[in-house]
Amino acid sequence: MTEPRRTRFKVKMARARWHVRNFFQTVGETIKKGLSKIGLGFLFKLPPFVRAMIYLAPALAILGVFTFYPIFNSVFISFLKDYNMFTGEVSGYTLLDNYLTILKHQAFAQSVINTAVIAFISVPLTIIISLAVSVALAAIKPLKGLFQTVYFLPYVTNSIALGLVFAYMFSGNANTINTQLSLSNAILKGIGLQPIAWLGIGATYWSAMSVILLYTIWNGLAFKIIVFLTGIQSIDKQYYQAAQIDGASKYKTFRRVTVPLISPMIFYILITSLIGSFKTYSSVVAIVGATGRITSGQHGPLDMRTIVFYIYDFLQNAGQPGNMSLAAAASIILFIIILFFTVIQLQVGKRRVHY
Amino acid sequence: MEIRLKNLTKVFTDKRGNETVAVDNLDVVIPSGKLVGLLGPSGCGKSTTLYMIAGLLKPSGGKIYFGDNDVTRVSPDKRGIGLVFQNYALYPHMTVRQNIMFPLENMKVSHKEALRLTTEMAELVGIADQLDKKPAQLSGGQQQRVAIARALVKKPDVLLLDEPLSNLDARLRLQTREEIKRIQRETGITTIFVTHDQEEAMSISDEMIVLDLGRLQQMDTPQEIYDQPDNLFVAKFLGSPPINVVDAVVKGKKIIVDGIEVASTNAKDGEYTLGVRPEDFRVVEKGTFTFKREDIEVEVIGRDTMVRFSVGDNKMVRAVVDSESVRDKDVISINIKQGKALLFDKESGSVVI
Repeated sequence: MTEPRRTRFKVKMARARWHVRNFFQTVGETIKKGLSKIGLGFLFKLPPFVRAMIYLAPALAILGVFTFYPIFNSVFISFLKDYNMFTGEVSGYTLLDNYLTILKHQAFAQSVINTAVIAFISVPLTIIISLAVSVALAAIKPLKGLFQTVYFLPYVTNSIALGLVFAYMFSGNANTINTQLSLSNAILKGIGLQPIAWLGIGATYWSAMSVILLYTIWNGLAFKIIVFLTGIQSIDKQYYQAAQIDGASKYKTFRRVTVPLISPMIFYILITSLIGSFKTYSSVVAIVGATGRITSGQHGPLDMRTIVFYIYDFLQNAGQPGNMSLAAAASIILFIIILFFTVIQLQVGKRRVHY
Repeated sequence: MEIRLKNLTKVFTDKRGNETVAVDNLDVVIPSGKLVGLLGPSGCGKSTTLYMIAGLLKPSGGKIYFGDNDVTRVSPDKRGIGLVFQNYALYPHMTVRQNIMFPLENMKVSHKEALRLTTEMAELVGIADQLDKKPAQLSGGQQQRVAIARALVKKPDVLLLDEPLSNLDARLRLQTREEIKRIQRETGITTIFVTHDQEEAMSISDEMIVLDLGRLQQMDTPQEIYDQPDNLFVAKFLGSPPINVVDAVVKGKKIIVDGIEVASTNAKDGEYTLGVRPEDFRVVEKGTFTFKREDIEVEVIGRDTMVRFSVGDNKMVRAVVDSESVRDKDVISINIKQGKALLFDKESGSVVI
């Protein structure tokens, strides 16, 4: 019974597409007639390039106002001295002062380190884990749908909410961790380990960072698993049969057949998630708090802010002259860092990716 | 390596629990060192049989022996087989050399030895100059050769080919089938190939296995099967143009079609199906069927002439005769050649001798 029903549906879809096409054709002809009547018929006689530009104008205008203008303006602002964003007053221009101030700033260096740690630990781990999960998901039949949903849920859930849940699971400080067990510490105690003050008083850099990493990795799995699973399922089964006959082990088949055949997808994920992780912000806000700092760590205060967090902090006090320029300079530096790694990846990709 | 299939059965069960018997109690012995064609129409179970021999499909019942060893439960890589897939399944990201070498990587072979074997195989199949290319840069025929080289490089005892020529154009097909025959001769490897093309099967097989609906119909040399089909299915499946089939009656050792005596037989009196191959007709001075030339269709195709006429209830009969014999004749008289009339049982379709 399903077959005819599906066929009927297909026929209906085809008919709908046909009607939509006809509708737009009619609309197009009506517009053409209308324009000709009011003397604008010449529009249709313009060269294709000019016509294309007219069609693209709305999109270009929006992109120009909200993307290109801000980019150029932020470059411009980064060259201003004592810029007051409310009055527009400027005491002069400088080429490198703002950049040098940022680069000398201890907090900026810390934010670069924090961002790099998140990027270079979480991205490879997420990719490896999501590859493993997708291979496992592709191999099982029962409960596949359930697992797919479970892994995809974080993707459709608010990241701040998830971060707060994480913060709650890893809550507790040095004085209370033994009496008020959070979920993570209950588990640690259950397997015979000492509870840890992950984020509260007495936290260390790596205890806080591991919560952020754990969250980033888990949160990043969803989308990657979907992409990899789709890729793996589209690989022709015969390659696996051939590998089986050739006596390749499961691991070897994975490394020599699966990975190369989905390498374009791995590459795409690598670039997008590295760029994404350089822009990490909300997860740190949700887990560490709105200041991005842990005031009483084991060895003094801890600064967990990322580069974007650092930039936003300037904007909190945007009224103070000069802050906008410093934020702009930091943004440009972040842009250059991301550009650098993307170019490197594209170069590596040329040799390693099989399209 | 002699291959024996004993009561081999494969039943597929779909989601609703419907069972399809793809291979039904297949019982054959494939002799060592021969090129054997598995022939049958689509869905007859020939590919299923091949995949069971390869070990990629588990039989539902029965046993597979390689020589004296029961390999029914042995994994594909331990069976000593090479398989060439219908669409070759060459790894697209590897070069030709890497493709051919891949099976050796999984064995304990030194790199030097592996390179030597790869080159040797590439030379055998005639692609030694293409080793650094990717499969996508090769023509269909070349890809086919790479696939054969990859299957042969680990010196298997059995070579299996799934529809090896179906992806090639007509000219390449002719060339490649000679090539397969040559490679099989040079290596002396027991080879089984699957095809639905009877001409292809007849032209290169040493022996042919004809399947239908998962059951063995006949196994013999191509010529034997063509001349002495065991049943109507085999008779109809082989030959182009196909065998002529008409209803016939046997009365007193005479085969009678539509009231005309067409041949003699030793069969008992009764109703039968008569099969005569188009080339088993002959033009004579005064024969069984006589027609005026303008009443029938005569088509001269070079050396041969196709004569089409109807018998009985408008049953079309095709006869292929020597063009010389019908030249300038206004009246054509046709006989069935001596001993070439095949009688089949009306019920079972099996041949009656």
